[in-house]
Amino acid sequence: MDAIPPHMRPERSFQGLILTLQRYWADYGCVILQPYDMEVGAGTFHPATTLRALGPKRWNAAYVQPSRRPKDGRYGENPNRLQHYYQFQVILKPSPSDLQELYLKSLAAIGIDSALHDIRFVEDDWESPTLGAWGLGWECWCDGMEVSQFTYFQQVAGVECAPVAGELTYGLERLACYLQGVDRIMDLNFNGRDGDEKVLYSEIFLQAEQEYSRHNFEYADTAMLFDQFRMAEGACRKYLEDGWKGSDRKEHLMALPAYDQCIKASHVFNLLDARGVISVTERQSYIMRVRELAKACGEAWVHAEAGRAS
Amino acid sequence: MPDLLLELFSEEIPARMQAKAADDLRRMVTDRLVAEGLVYEGAKAFATPRRLALTVHGIPARQSDLKEERRGPRVGGPDAAIQGFLKATGLASIEEAKIQRDPKKGDFYIALIEKPGRATLDVLAEVLPVIIRTFPWPKSMRWGERSGKPGALQWVRPLHAIIATFGLETEETDVVSFAVDGLEAGRTTRGHRFMAPAEITVRRFEDYEAKLLDAKVVLDPERRKDVIRTDAKTLAQAQNFELVEDQVLLDEVAGLVEWPVVLMGSFDEEFLSIPDEVIRATIRNNQKCFVVSDPGTRKLTNKFILTANIEASDGGKAIVSGNERVIRARLSDAKYFYESDLKTKLEARLPKFDNIVFHEKLGTQGARIKRIERLAAEIAPLVGADVEKVKRAAHLAKADLLTEVVGEFPELQGLMGKYYALAQGEDASVAAASEEHYKPQGPADRVPTDPVSVAVSLADKIDTLMGFWAIDEKPTGSKDPFALRRAALGVIRLVLSNSVRASLSDLFFKAITLAVYFSFRPEHGYSQLAATWDPQTEDGAAEWTEPRYMLFLNSDGFIDRNRDLIGMHQIGNPDLGSHEDEDKYTERAEAYEEFNRRLSRLEAVAGPFMFESVPPLAQFSAVSNATERLSSEEFTKLAMDTLTADLLSFFADRLKVQLREQGARHDLVDAVFALGDQDDLLMVVRRVEALGKFLDSDDGKNLLAGTKRASNILSIEEKKDKRSFDGTPDAALYRLHEEKVLAKAIGEVKAEAGAAVAREDFAGAMSAMAKLRPAVDAFFDKVKVNDDDAKVRENRLKLLNEIRAATRAVADFSKIQD
Repeated sequence: MDAIPPHMRPERSFQGLILTLQRYWADYGCVILQPYDMEVGAGTFHPATTLRALGPKRWNAAYVQPSRRPKDGRYGENPNRLQHYYQFQVILKPSPSDLQELYLKSLAAIGIDSALHDIRFVEDDWESPTLGAWGLGWECWCDGMEVSQFTYFQQVAGVECAPVAGELTYGLERLACYLQGVDRIMDLNFNGRDGDEKVLYSEIFLQAEQEYSRHNFEYADTAMLFDQFRMAEGACRKYLEDGWKGSDRKEHLMALPAYDQCIKASHVFNLLDARGVISVTERQSYIMRVRELAKACGEAWVHAEAGRAS
Repeated sequence: MPDLLLELFSEEIPARMQAKAADDLRRMVTDRLVAEGLVYEGAKAFATPRRLALTVHGIPARQSDLKEERRGPRVGGPDAAIQGFLKATGLASIEEAKIQRDPKKGDFYIALIEKPGRATLDVLAEVLPVIIRTFPWPKSMRWGERSGKPGALQWVRPLHAIIATFGLETEETDVVSFAVDGLEAGRTTRGHRFMAPAEITVRRFEDYEAKLLDAKVVLDPERRKDVIRTDAKTLAQAQNFELVEDQVLLDEVAGLVEWPVVLMGSFDEEFLSIPDEVIRATIRNNQKCFVVSDPGTRKLTNKFILTANIEASDGGKAIVSGNERVIRARLSDAKYFYESDLKTKLEARLPKFDNIVFHEKLGTQGARIKRIERLAAEIAPLVGADVEKVKRAAHLAKADLLTEVVGEFPELQGLMGKYYALAQGEDASVAAASEEHYKPQGPADRVPTDPVSVAVSLADKIDTLMGFWAIDEKPTGSKDPFALRRAALGVIRLVLSNSVRASLSDLFFKAITLAVYFSFRPEHGYSQLAATWDPQTEDGAAEWTEPRYMLFLNSDGFIDRNRDLIGMHQIGNPDLGSHEDEDKYTERAEAYEEFNRRLSRLEAVAGPFMFESVPPLAQFSAVSNATERLSSEEFTKLAMDTLTADLLSFFADRLKVQLREQGARHDLVDAVFALGDQDDLLMVVRRVEALGKFLDSDDGKNLLAGTKRASNILSIEEKKDKRSFDGTPDAALYRLHEEKVLAKAIGEVKAEAGAAVAREDFAGAMSAMAKLRPAVDAFFDKVKVNDDDAKVRENRLKLLNEIRAATRAVADFSKIQD
């Protein structure tokens, strides 16, 4: 670890933090994936988690996932709320018996010393109504700040997890603020350099936060979005139906493309919700519609190559 | 005798579940032991975030042997019976059975069954895994490799180790040999996660607890609480401050640490501009830290107290500064919320309530606020409150529900309303009502005394009660999702402690009138309902068949009788008007006409409200006027009477519960309510009090006994003669002096007690009643009721009936228990 040059150190470089976590979990044996190429609300939506958590096959993966939460946009003015941020996601199936220790060592790797800091596992049961998923676990506190989510998945896409996967989600910006000792995400040092070479988080993302907040709250084309929701929902159902290999419905060949449409519908719904065009009662029914898609995708996945028993 | 030590070592158990889990573990193990015939001396269970532990001491090493005699079939009985007997008793052949002689019924077999007691160690090995597998966690989970297979163990979080030892204090203990889902019970555990993670091997509870303490684990949650409380107080006092104690938070925090280390941090003084309650909610709810106050001013200071789980190598500096940063961020959010709330006037938030559903069948929050405003204005004069202030207070009382601070901390509802109202320059009583109209929340909560608060609070609660009554969502058994019992108790306490004189029926009528107009009325009026019959629709029901409409339309069974006729007429019938159907046509047309008339009568409720702001009509109360309209119509009056009677009897029940809890006699409540027309709670209670005192006196006791005697005789004779003995006795038929005296006394007492009741002088009415006693006593002493002369007998029974009638001036004595 001494070999790490200063600009790569997690306590002064945002990208250094990401690379350190990747390195740590790669050393453990995870496949290090790249972000999924679609808009998602959280790292959990990546098929590497949602779908791969299902079925009996061993699966260890880690990746960064940009996450979009249109409603959380604050035009870049709130110190710690953004409509676009990064999550670092680890998924281990089956959950290893020393998962807590592995997690604590990952904190040590990024410079959080458990002899100096108060690390706590505080009850936090996780549930995603749109994904038809739930699990038990904790939010992990470091000196009173939530730095990660730790969940043992019990059910995903309406399917029981057998075996159970352990999921770790690091909120990277918040963790970096803590490590770098800054109070505003926009003030993070992204590349760990000094002086002219230094690139701040705000230089990369402030304009984006402003523009997307404007878009999400004021200008997003709602007529188009309503259409897109319907189209994605229709396409998802069609691919699910057409994907069965035979009439015995034992093998599915299009679970992944169908799931993409489910993700699409979910994000479109989030945008409509941010635009405030969905009433309280309708809201529930949209969530149910996405959940139905997710469940149907889960059902297809456990009949697909990577989700099946053999 | 030997002791059991059991530890279940897991990943972090949610704090809120620990106390109950420890208790469940103790209960399940000891119940099972007793069921196995193993009576123990004592047991104690403990919980930390990572372990449940149980010690049971003084358990016998073995079960005692069981000897049992079982009676079998008679000697020479059918073979099937003998075979069955052998099977049930485990005897190899009938020769092993004893024969019991019985000269009367014949000899029969007796089996002597001896069941040798088992070693407790074996019993434990059998019962402990079952207890672990069936442990009642509120939520449990699967984990790891084994979770892929059916029947995997479920626990609150992954279970890592089990200690189960059994043995005498002076000897080595044995490990209870069992395994659950691949986890073997043994004698090792681990210490503190960070400070002493190594394995620890233990023998029994004593060294277990001591070794854990060495390994930085305080096993007993009470001890952890003591440490936190004491250290927190000391830290605060060292700086001349005072800890704001918080038992719920203390319980939770003690469940988050195995080794409590109390530290103090501070935040910027600028945050003290936020109300104390908001600071406390922020620090407590989000960060699980205690706040600290200045003992002089009782105001919060800029300090907080946190409980860490480690003795940090830098003495806690990094931990304190980390927590300070989080609290700073949280408080700046809170400050931002508070300050941005202040920028919007409370009334400006009200239009949004029109889009928020209060209850599907009771309409929006907006409609609810309008109802409460008007009902509160009606109550204002009854409690001596300024009507305009009450209207304003009710108008604003709910507005803070839409503020950011209340959105974040729902427990601050009302209180924030008060702060925001004061900040925008509202009258102090108006502002106070925002907070106080929610009170009293429970039996221990303070009852508001400011008349403005009393009026709004009564209106809020009565509106809620009447609303849910009207849509038939009453509490049943243990289910009371809308806290209606609490609301009714709130009304009772408000009325009694403020001595409010009010006819509840009158207020219920007004409340239901307001619901008829503001909540139930379709957007375009009731007449619109006439056009919605279509039996072809999927659910086969028209809107007007919903309970809130049927309540009125069908109060007298009109719809039940005419449903089909109305429907047929509405959809139209091609044969209508044809000659042979003329009678039917007329019948339908009449039913439909009545249906429409009823809708238009309901619609009449709208008139007064539509013009309520138009002078000179504005000077009249629209609510009273509309209530008047609904009461003057038979079918609506019937609906309102039924609802009101039902709700009143609910109040009577609540009042009984309340009086019983205060140690008063609840049967007296029945005796008073049985008089009928008792809807003034204050008068009911005064009457009950006076009655209670009277019945404690000799006069009262004897009069009660006399009255009961009269009633008993009457009911026997009434049954015998199959008639009642109502009516005035005939003075000419009095044969004895005592009859005349009693008749005279009854006349006097009736008049005197009646007058006293009219003055609301219940004690006076009771003393008047007391005068009846000597005459009643003398009557029963000297007069034989069942005289041989039928006429005299009838007259005497009538006189007895008069005693009963006279006592009804104060209460129905027949409902009073002896």
